[in-house]
Amino acid sequence: MNSVLHQTRDLSRNGWAVWGLALIAAWLFSQLTVDLLPWAHKYPRDWIWPIRFEITAFMKWLVNDATFGLFTFKELTRSVSWLLDWPLTAATSLFSTGLMKGQGSDAVQLTPPLAWLAVLGVLAAMGHYARDWKLAALVGGCFLYLAVFGQWDSAMVTLSSIVVAVPIGVAGGLMLGILAYRSPWFEKAIRPVLDLMQTVPIFAYLVPILFLFGFGPVAAMTATIIYAMPPMVRVTVLALRQVADEIVDFGRMVGCTRRQMTWKVLVPAAMPSLMVGVNQVIMLSLNMVIIASMIGAGGLGFDVLSALRRLDIGAGLEAGIAIVVLAIALDRLSQAFASRPPPQHHDQPQGWVRRHPWLSFSILWIALTGIGGLLLEPVQAYPETLELTTASFWGELVKYINITFFDYLEGIKTFFLLNLLIPFKRFLLDIPWAVIAALAGLAGWRLGGWKLALTAFSLSLLIAATGQWEKAMVTVYLCGISVVIASLIGIPIGILAAQNQRAGKVVQVIIDTLQTLPSFVYLMPVVMLFRVGDFAAMIAVVAYALAPAIRYTAHGIRQIDPNLVEAGIAAGCTRWQVLGKIKLPLALPEIMLGINQTIMLALSMLVITALVGTRDLGQEVYIALTKADTGRGIVAGLSVAFIAIIADRLIAAGSGHMRRRLGLAEEGGGK
Amino acid sequence: MFNRMRAAVIGGVVAASLAISGSAWAVVESKDPIKLTLHDWTGQLLTTRIMGEVLKAAGYNIDYVQADYIAQFAGLESGDLHVAMEMWETTGRDAMDASFKTGKTENLGETGMQAIEEWWYPLYMKEKCPGLPDWKALNECAEAFSVPETAPKGRYLGAPVTWGGFDDERVEALGLDYEVIHAGTDAALFAELESAYQRQAPILLWVYTPHWAPVKYEGEWVEFPKYTAECYTDPSWGSNKNMAYDCGKPRGPIWKVAWAGLKGKWPGAHKAVKAFNVSNDEMSAMIVNADLEGKDLDAVVADWMKKNESRWKAWIK
Repeated sequence: MNSVLHQTRDLSRNGWAVWGLALIAAWLFSQLTVDLLPWAHKYPRDWIWPIRFEITAFMKWLVNDATFGLFTFKELTRSVSWLLDWPLTAATSLFSTGLMKGQGSDAVQLTPPLAWLAVLGVLAAMGHYARDWKLAALVGGCFLYLAVFGQWDSAMVTLSSIVVAVPIGVAGGLMLGILAYRSPWFEKAIRPVLDLMQTVPIFAYLVPILFLFGFGPVAAMTATIIYAMPPMVRVTVLALRQVADEIVDFGRMVGCTRRQMTWKVLVPAAMPSLMVGVNQVIMLSLNMVIIASMIGAGGLGFDVLSALRRLDIGAGLEAGIAIVVLAIALDRLSQAFASRPPPQHHDQPQGWVRRHPWLSFSILWIALTGIGGLLLEPVQAYPETLELTTASFWGELVKYINITFFDYLEGIKTFFLLNLLIPFKRFLLDIPWAVIAALAGLAGWRLGGWKLALTAFSLSLLIAATGQWEKAMVTVYLCGISVVIASLIGIPIGILAAQNQRAGKVVQVIIDTLQTLPSFVYLMPVVMLFRVGDFAAMIAVVAYALAPAIRYTAHGIRQIDPNLVEAGIAAGCTRWQVLGKIKLPLALPEIMLGINQTIMLALSMLVITALVGTRDLGQEVYIALTKADTGRGIVAGLSVAFIAIIADRLIAAGSGHMRRRLGLAEEGGGK
Repeated sequence: MFNRMRAAVIGGVVAASLAISGSAWAVVESKDPIKLTLHDWTGQLLTTRIMGEVLKAAGYNIDYVQADYIAQFAGLESGDLHVAMEMWETTGRDAMDASFKTGKTENLGETGMQAIEEWWYPLYMKEKCPGLPDWKALNECAEAFSVPETAPKGRYLGAPVTWGGFDDERVEALGLDYEVIHAGTDAALFAELESAYQRQAPILLWVYTPHWAPVKYEGEWVEFPKYTAECYTDPSWGSNKNMAYDCGKPRGPIWKVAWAGLKGKWPGAHKAVKAFNVSNDEMSAMIVNADLEGKDLDAVVADWMKKNESRWKAWIK
């Protein structure tokens, strides 16, 4: 035992020595070789691999000429989009337009959509059915907000695409996840694809999607599904693996077929974990609302965009909050359904209505409001005269802050810019690319062996080889600083949320808001107060990427074995000692996972920060989108993904190390 | 079975009534919906809706589709989308040229509106810099237009990189002591203007019209040497003999673009879109109505339709 302990100590001591030496060598190297090896400093233009043109050409071929003999690739994607159009049209008819006959402006409404009272009543009823009156009130309140603040029509457009996209995303993710669970080969194949789906910015593949799926809500929905599905796949694999062996063995003993095993044993047993995936699909789908509206989804996302183009900050905020409210209602409902106790089968009352009181109520309610709506307008649509708006208040508030506090804010900003942001950016841009690539490789070797070293080094090399190095470094700089700040803010809040239940509840709402409130909504006030530039971008990234730092820290601390904490208190630890010596070290792997996710979210925000004028990979992707240059967008998007993958693998390896060391530390600590 | 029959009967009745009501106005070539693209700025929404209403009045079936300004060309080329009402000479030239080259899209002429894009400052800056609007005064006032990060150089907030505009080149060619900062979107651009205007703080930025900003905020365009084609192509032109771009920005028409198949499928609509014409002043007034006075877009359009009936009726004759 002791020898193992010594070994790790040696290892970590060696580790510091190696890193010190490496940094000194890197510094010396970059000082000495400016003239000798110019290629190591600035990647030569002639060496750039012109893959982006090849990608553009490939896309052209795929869209125009690719064929399977009987039909072309485009015909295939178009028929998929035709297929997806059915459920979407059905949902839109139900919630938003009513059943229509004909197309375009000639279309005639056969039946009106569900009355607002019907939607509100049924969802509240679902809330009660799934849990209790409290949930019913929450869900009802959320939808009441939509009506009272005049967001109803747009919200129903958004809701229609969400109710189609989420089940498809969940079902698709579940299928792929089950496949990956059954076949390790498939899992190996799909893992890099998932990484790319999550990290390549959406803007990079919007153009090809438009080519292939046509313009309009279906293309937007397809992009949403691509973006929202990966967490479901990952969660499914994880959840199925975690099903207790006893349950699996039991399934085998009673002679389940493979299909029965999957659907009757594994999936039900893994349900609580699977619901985490469903939650993520809902959140991510609503996250996409803004971007989807850029390519034809309409709805709340469009309202946010157009309000902010008018600089109507209040209207943008109200539409943005409508998205949050929708997300919270749908999420809480789905969680409640998942954790609902299984039905009691004994002494069921007689008669269908009595067995299904809520379903009967809903049907009756829809019928009633439907008829009522034909007679009385306010039953069908919330009366406009009763709508509220606080829009002008928010505009005035920002104006007040702007006029009163601008000078202070300016001072803070200038301090950060001159002392932190600009020096760090210069530092990163001054180090030769070859050195950074080598350091990435070295880090990989130290943490995970030669395989990881090779991955880290070759991905860095690819970034340089496609001519993206400088932009990539600006990306690393912006994300790096934002992640550090987000962690510094998020981890203490996470600790607080875990220690104090009431704080935890408040924090949960804040996290959900931060994750679903379109960043565009706060980006514009931030620009007004901090001007266009890196600082404004940094604030937006921090605000968005804060959530996982908080969430994982809180989760990590909550799940610590209470016996260990008790033991600490019994041994006479103070509160701070319990936190510092027991809780934090034990929660460290979770916290690392949170930081990992913070990095991923920070990277995915890059495209948005491009809208306030950063000069990084996000901007490159955005430029490619506005020029409809597929190759350029994908190459820059892949570079973002490579940075994400390097960070992910290094952190995963690092936290693996830590876990192992922690296992030893625990035993050592118990002496 | 009974339900299906009933649905069929209802459908038939509706279709028949449609056919009758359709023929009551005019015989149109195809009842398929013509898809007009909507972007995210008010002026474009107005032009598009006016065109849509006019076509509707002619009996055409209209559909509005939300699409990105540049990305829409993919749809226009494939025939998924049919008409784009505002392509600005100043920002859409490259995309238009690339698209026209495919032969799948067609230029349907000018909308009648002229885009102006230029350096712009709020009027209160004239007190601090009396030499304006002449561009030569800019260097004397560089300090007045500076912020801590750029001082002593002035700060000029340019448009998103994607809009082009050659401001970095202009600063170099004219020897201006200014740093060009690019905003990422026009929302960010005007957010800064709003913020500065509220505080009456210095700002110099890219503004364009038709837009609500030059109406809402009092200000002026900087007067650079007038743009000519040679200025951008020939370095020896203008005050700097070694560099191009030593002049102001080009002003240019806003174009209408359509799917090349429009003419064959809906000749009448093709003619009407071609005839569409509104002026800068008309458009500015409507934008102010909608964005600053908070009037509903449909109401603004209806208003215009009522006032200009004889005009648009001539387009669809």
